[in-house]
Amino acid sequence: MEDLFTGSVLIGLLASAIRLATPYLYAAIGETFGQRSGVLNLGVDGIMLMGAFSAFYVVFKTGDLVGGVLLAALVGLLMGLLMAFISVTLSAEQGISGIGVYLFGLGMSDLLFQKLINNVQTVSGFPVAPIPLLSEIPVLGPILFRQNVLVYGAYILVPIAWFVLNKTTLGLKIKAVGENPEAADTLGVSVSRIRYFTVSLGGMLSGIAGASLSIALLNVFQFNLTNGLGFIAIALVYFGGWRPTWVLLGSLIFSFVNALQIWVQVVGLPIPSDIAVMTPYILTIVVLVISAQRVRPPSALSKAYERLE
Amino acid sequence: MRISWSSIFDALLPVIATLAALAVGAVMLILLGANPLVAYGALLEGAFGSFNALADTIVKATPLLLVGIGICIAFRAGVINIGGEGQMILGGLSSIALGLAFPDAPGILMIPMALLIGFIAGGLWGGIPGYLKARFNVNEILSTIMLNVIAVQLMNLLLRGPLIQPNQKGAAAIPQTARLSAAFDLPRLVPTRLHLGALIAVILAIGVYFFLWRTTIGYRIRAVGLNAAASRYAGIKVNRYIVLSLMLSGAFSGLAGAIQVYGVNHFMITDGSAASFTGSAGFNGIVAALFGQLHPVGTIPASFLFGALLVGANKLQRVVQVPAALITALNGLVVVFVVSSELWRRKNARRRAIKELEEKLAAAAAKEISPQPEGGG
Repeated sequence: MEDLFTGSVLIGLLASAIRLATPYLYAAIGETFGQRSGVLNLGVDGIMLMGAFSAFYVVFKTGDLVGGVLLAALVGLLMGLLMAFISVTLSAEQGISGIGVYLFGLGMSDLLFQKLINNVQTVSGFPVAPIPLLSEIPVLGPILFRQNVLVYGAYILVPIAWFVLNKTTLGLKIKAVGENPEAADTLGVSVSRIRYFTVSLGGMLSGIAGASLSIALLNVFQFNLTNGLGFIAIALVYFGGWRPTWVLLGSLIFSFVNALQIWVQVVGLPIPSDIAVMTPYILTIVVLVISAQRVRPPSALSKAYERLE
Repeated sequence: MRISWSSIFDALLPVIATLAALAVGAVMLILLGANPLVAYGALLEGAFGSFNALADTIVKATPLLLVGIGICIAFRAGVINIGGEGQMILGGLSSIALGLAFPDAPGILMIPMALLIGFIAGGLWGGIPGYLKARFNVNEILSTIMLNVIAVQLMNLLLRGPLIQPNQKGAAAIPQTARLSAAFDLPRLVPTRLHLGALIAVILAIGVYFFLWRTTIGYRIRAVGLNAAASRYAGIKVNRYIVLSLMLSGAFSGLAGAIQVYGVNHFMITDGSAASFTGSAGFNGIVAALFGQLHPVGTIPASFLFGALLVGANKLQRVVQVPAALITALNGLVVVFVVSSELWRRKNARRRAIKELEEKLAAAAAKEISPQPEGGG
């Protein structure tokens, strides 16, 4: 074991943890905005699947990587708008309607895949884009600065999200709407406009999260490509206590365990692969238990706001 | 209770919601280059076109109904159980392990024991998120989803290891169990694939209705769901009923898994996904329960309808070359539409309450200022 686990292995593990955290970050940061404003969007996984397929289809047909990301973002945005319409305008029960959106995305992405492509294909996704100079730093260079553009984007997103939520009026309004919609409404903040904004933004980022899987990390599409990844992203929002920096930490820990689990399988340590695959999910439950003791969700989370008229 | 137009409208809401989903589906079919009339015709024929098709529809509806009545219990208690898939797997695994361990047991003994152990295993698996919610305030939606993935890996582990068919060896071994003794097959009701499980499910659905509406425990479960704070104030141990309702919910899914093994498959095989065993009944059971307005008896026709959609989808795929995944997408839309239509139900309820209040006030006013019949007010 000692001679297997060398320094270069650790660097490799950390680099892949950084890379693997990408879809979680996009989806979880997006979901953080929605939940901070009081909307629980459980459809993330379905939106990711639609984003993953859209991006993959564009790249498969044209090779246009940027176009793929843009279409994934647009499809995600539209599905986010749908979720916002259901949960805000129609004030539907959010947990269940999210499952509906999930099933829709699961079925629809599979339908389109079978109809338009129909067998498992690979594409050449985003290439590694080493950042000049920084990528030459020993140890840190290969871990942080030899990744692809979508990976960098995910990490740039975290400070932006932190800034918007904590240092801007918009962030204040989002949090007010999620904590006390009646009070926010009284002060002239449009609860529905804020929620439409956050849920559509979350949808758009979930679409990009899907694209990061299908054209940047795995470069493939198949039925249920995400395999529940979107739900884990939601769990990470809980773990992160609805704060972007903690969401980042959670995503990194989770991805490191995942990278370790894959490495254990590749090296062939005598641990059944099923148990290795299971581990991150058990960890997620443990993490949910811990975080439920530590932080309190936004007061109005998953409660529809209806003005009394 | 008076029957009014608005209450009839309430009862029809899920039907309207489903028709709306089918209309969206028709648009999708047109976009995919298929004639929606031909497609839906094929779907109907595939589901009801022959005696065998009808039997298959009922067989497909059985796990939906069992999962669905469990969903009714959980949702009535105000908890959301998305763990049907994992609970079904646990029910299947535990029941097949029992059957494989005692291959020479008499069927009349083994079948009830196997179904019981499936019920218990599903209940314990459902009890985990229940306990985590009651004790640690862990969101049950997330924990049940995680437990689904864990259950799939457990299935893969057991089917590759202890439960594998003895003659499957080496690297090319297929992860599947031996076939259960034929003596353990659930009896067929008529000479089709229709088995006893369907009858059990219907009886249990009616039983759960009585449980929820005619027993103290059932009353408390519903009270917790309607208003947890008020229930706590009234002395109901809310946490206990949250755990109980998730356990029962899981137990019915576990039973669905056991019945799937003993009534349909008679062995277990895995391709690494949950759906290969459950047929996504853990999710579609939620759709059926919602369509049945979270009423166990209403879930009976709802399951039948969604069983028909699933069976008919295969025919639809063959006739108009549109993948059966369309039905999964439509199920998602049905959920969205049914849940969204609650808005109109609430509006109706509010309007009815206001009207009733106005009538009462008018009656009271009329009494006070009689004998003049036309008082101001």
